Amino acid sequence: MNAFMRLIFTSDFFYSIFRVTTPLLFASMGAVLSDIAGVPNIALEGMMLIAAFAGMYFSYVFGSAFLGLLCAILFAVAAAGVMAFFTLYYKTNIILGGIAINSLASGGTVFFLYLAAHDKGTSVSLPSKVLPNINIPIIGDIPIIGPVISGHNVLTYVAVIAVIFTWYLLKKTPLGYHLRAVGEKKEAADSVGISVIKTQTIALLLSGLMCGFGGAFMSMGYVSWFSRDMVSGRGWIALAAEAMGMQHPLGTAATSLLFGVADALSNAVATLGWPSDLVKTIPYCATLAGLAIFSVRAYKKSKNV
Amino acid sequence: MENYLLEMKDISKIYGNGIVANEIVNFNLKKGEVHALVGENGAGKSTLMKILFGMEAPSSGTITLRGEPVRFSSSKDAIAHGIGMVHQHFMLVESFTAAQNIILGMEPKKGFSVNEEEAVRFTEEISKKYNLEVDAKAVTRTLPVGIKQKIEILKALARGAEILILDEPTAVLTPQETDQLFEELTNLKEQGHTIVFISHKIPEIKKISDRITVMRAGKTVGCRNTADVTEKEISSMIMGCEMDTTITRTPCKKGEVGIAVDKVSYTDKNGVEVLKDFSFSVRQGMVFGIAGVQGNGQVELIDLMTKKRSLKNGDIRLGGASIEKMKIQDIRKTQFGYVPEDRIEQGIAGHESIEENMISNRYSTKEFCNKILLNYKKIAEFAKKNIESYEIRCSGGRHPVGMLSGGNMQKVVVARECSHEPKVLIAEQPTRGVDVGAAHIIHKKIMELRDDGCAVLLVSADLSEVLKLSDVVAVMYEGEIVAFFDQTEGLNEEKLGLFMLGLERHEEEQIRRAVQ
Amino acid sequence: MSRERSFNMIRTVVSMLVAILVAFVIILLVSDQPVESIKIFLVMPFSSGSYLGNIVETAVPLIFSGLAMAVMFKANLFNLGGEGIFFIAGAVGSFVAIWPKFPSVLAPLAAIVVGALVGMVVMMVPGGLKAKYGANEMVTSLMMNNILLGVGLYLLNNALRDPTVASLVSYKYRKKALLATIVPGTRIHAGFLIAIACAVLVYLFMYKSKWGYEIRMTGNNAKFASYSGINVAKVILVVHMVAGAIAGAGGIIECIGLHKRFEWTALPGYGFDGAMIAMLAGNNPLGVIGAAFFVSYLRVGADLVNRSSDIPTEMIAILQSIIILLISAERFLHKYKQRWIEKGEKK
Repeated sequence: MNAFMRLIFTSDFFYSIFRVTTPLLFASMGAVLSDIAGVPNIALEGMMLIAAFAGMYFSYVFGSAFLGLLCAILFAVAAAGVMAFFTLYYKTNIILGGIAINSLASGGTVFFLYLAAHDKGTSVSLPSKVLPNINIPIIGDIPIIGPVISGHNVLTYVAVIAVIFTWYLLKKTPLGYHLRAVGEKKEAADSVGISVIKTQTIALLLSGLMCGFGGAFMSMGYVSWFSRDMVSGRGWIALAAEAMGMQHPLGTAATSLLFGVADALSNAVATLGWPSDLVKTIPYCATLAGLAIFSVRAYKKSKNV
Repeated sequence: MENYLLEMKDISKIYGNGIVANEIVNFNLKKGEVHALVGENGAGKSTLMKILFGMEAPSSGTITLRGEPVRFSSSKDAIAHGIGMVHQHFMLVESFTAAQNIILGMEPKKGFSVNEEEAVRFTEEISKKYNLEVDAKAVTRTLPVGIKQKIEILKALARGAEILILDEPTAVLTPQETDQLFEELTNLKEQGHTIVFISHKIPEIKKISDRITVMRAGKTVGCRNTADVTEKEISSMIMGCEMDTTITRTPCKKGEVGIAVDKVSYTDKNGVEVLKDFSFSVRQGMVFGIAGVQGNGQVELIDLMTKKRSLKNGDIRLGGASIEKMKIQDIRKTQFGYVPEDRIEQGIAGHESIEENMISNRYSTKEFCNKILLNYKKIAEFAKKNIESYEIRCSGGRHPVGMLSGGNMQKVVVARECSHEPKVLIAEQPTRGVDVGAAHIIHKKIMELRDDGCAVLLVSADLSEVLKLSDVVAVMYEGEIVAFFDQTEGLNEEKLGLFMLGLERHEEEQIRRAVQ
Repeated sequence: MSRERSFNMIRTVVSMLVAILVAFVIILLVSDQPVESIKIFLVMPFSSGSYLGNIVETAVPLIFSGLAMAVMFKANLFNLGGEGIFFIAGAVGSFVAIWPKFPSVLAPLAAIVVGALVGMVVMMVPGGLKAKYGANEMVTSLMMNNILLGVGLYLLNNALRDPTVASLVSYKYRKKALLATIVPGTRIHAGFLIAIACAVLVYLFMYKSKWGYEIRMTGNNAKFASYSGINVAKVILVVHMVAGAIAGAGGIIECIGLHKRFEWTALPGYGFDGAMIAMLAGNNPLGVIGAAFFVSYLRVGADLVNRSSDIPTEMIAILQSIIILLISAERFLHKYKQRWIEKGEKK
């Protein structure tokens, strides 16, 4: 137990919480943006995977981390565009459309990984680039807090901005009004000439944009390579976080952080020699438990009317 | 050739599922008139207006506006051409304020943000200009129906609407609110607006309109000056042939108490006390009508009776047994029938056949099931019998219910709920949105049940229906019974309206007679 | 009406053709010898008894996962837990296939029963949470997949692992626990017959029994079902248990039929395959058999192409997603549908 405590109360551990929460923040903002417009995007997982692959591959091709990031975003948004095209114009069921994109991402990235690297597991043979870490000048020097907040990957800070951006967009801007109106009552939006399909397309594309950042972080920040199914359920955890955060950007960010803690924990205790197969399931168990508790509470609340 | 503001010529519309909604329809408007578009439910009025408002594309035909041919591909186009529509079901975002709803889609900006102060100021300005009073900062969800309608009208006017289409605007209003609306409309007309008024209530049409276009079965029957036609003539134009919709009423034979609601109170999740110490009872062999403006606790009352909400205070007995410990499954095992308000949401499984929809309340009884397998032969026979007796227009028992017209769909629901000799029947808006022919069949079936000794609770916003079927009538206002009439003779809609608005109230002693 | 239904069939066929066409395009772009590769992809699966056998044996697990998903979809439940169930039922069933000394017919039977029970019990977690509290079954089931993978690997590493073999696999199953080969010269095993029987049973269950009626009504309109007096929560739980049992049986049957020992170290991917097969079949249990054969034919074709020209078999995933997108696209070919229906109206 002591060893456990010593593991937890370190700057390293708190630093790692922010690190592992980064992709969750992006994905859960993607979930908020799409769900609030009435188009639940369950393909966050697949879009991040596509972005992760594109980021790795194009940073290798162009030899530039920045161009890699740009391509990661481009491909994730394109995947969102495909989903929007089918679900909004061809009226594919949005859930099934999401399943299709996930399946496409999971198999397609391996397909191209094999073509590119002749390996179906990882891309370590391709020297791809990594996005830089940023040391914040003054804050970085503060003891204890400094090492926790400073020195993160640039995308970790972008993730924080993404949360604020999402909040501002939804609560203050005309587009945010339109997204909310379309999600709550699309007939109302339509009756004043706001195109429902266009607005929902924007929502999905924004969601794809978030996934682009999240995926790029996975292969160009979190680690420096791509491996098959490397997003490993983060898109789904983000959906759970969004449900528990009641679609509110800040609430969702808070829940994401909670799941980030579980993830960091599972990474940390892996060094204690506990059975690794089981330790790896901690984030998923936490999400399952969180969702269960949330549902039970919501149920009791509705019963106690 | 007269100079029309708008002319729709030879419009037809065939939907993807093969339903012909409009067939060679002609319609025109003169500037500054109130033009009534009348016809029974399903005659094609709404479709025609959706075409005019750009929500549906016509299969053929032309539209000419101010002498120019136009083609709207979306409501946005229609709005840009000065057409505004107030829908029957309000198009409002409930969580937004009145001002936010009004400026939606044309938000005033301050930097990247919406300028909320300007939105409020603008709302107050046009509200004053058109004499339609609303509280700009109030959250829409909390507002009464009449105010929501004003927001809808303001929404259209704020977008520069010169032609204003109102789809059955009085359906949700009390007679008194209707009068107020008519004043507002007259006022708008004087300011130069042209108004299309969709309705099927003939007295109202006589009162408000300058001209009338009548539609029947997807076609225009004719267009007249209102002053030149009598109510009788309009009526026969609507019906085509004279149809006898009178119900012969036998004297009421009161039996045992079938439904008893005893001191029921209910507070909803927003903390509003929706039902207050609510008591009444219905004896077998009678129809107990509940009249009232929507949203005065009717939905909650029925939800409690059908266990969609859990009963906390008071008691409800159906057929003598308290339902406190029961679930809806247990209630369904008694001789109980329930025609729900929203048939598509609750009353049917649209993709499944008429046969399968017809047995959902008794699929596991010996009649149709041998403990494991369903007897589809018997089910088909049963469905066939009902299709004939209710005159359901379909290609047979295998026809998916979702492909039927509203009236026939409702007949399936009523057939299911009434064909197992229920001792208790709850009928919630049983003929809303149903054509006259179907409504008549449904009314007849309800009265047959009453004559056979069923206790019928009828909850309806359609006052003529309440007056036609009920033996006794109670008026509901803000979660209470505020009036009770032990007979319907001499009772009329205006009189009920006063109680529905809470302007009058019976003595406690009279109200207590609702418990019989 | 009949036009509506036949149109859906046409759309399904067109989607399948488009998928094959996309396969051509991929092969054209990637392969050094495109014409040869396309020929291999299309024709070679039929060229020999052993390839035909491959199609049948590949179809077996697909039928099970397709059936499990068809039942779920019919109840309007989007549970993708089939993956995890296949895995954990295979792992737990392996205990029965390795150690107890049951006689020959009883041994595989015992393993299958255990697999099905495991599937049933595990599915009760997302099922129960959905039925009682309305928790989103898709998210919970996907979390379960990852958890079950961890638990299964733990069992494999700590109990089942055969230390004499370098790779991570279990002890060999007892001979008597294996499913018999039914067509000599191929690997087609008795599991195929079980799969067909299962499809027929599920069909009768869904379309002739009162439980099937309850499930279909609930799936079509849950509010209607509950209003009619159907216990919706019970239906949701039953559907999960039935689907869990089918997937569980499928998992262990695949192990004792084909693999001879437990050798999965990652989720086998049958959950998503099942979703597509169920959709191809229009959620009809008998249609699932045909759909499974189609997918299995694509698989074997892709596998053969992979052997000759180095195109990864993951190409199938791309085809799969295209099929899902097109089949469920209501407005795909909508113009033709409209014209066709208007024509029918005029007759």
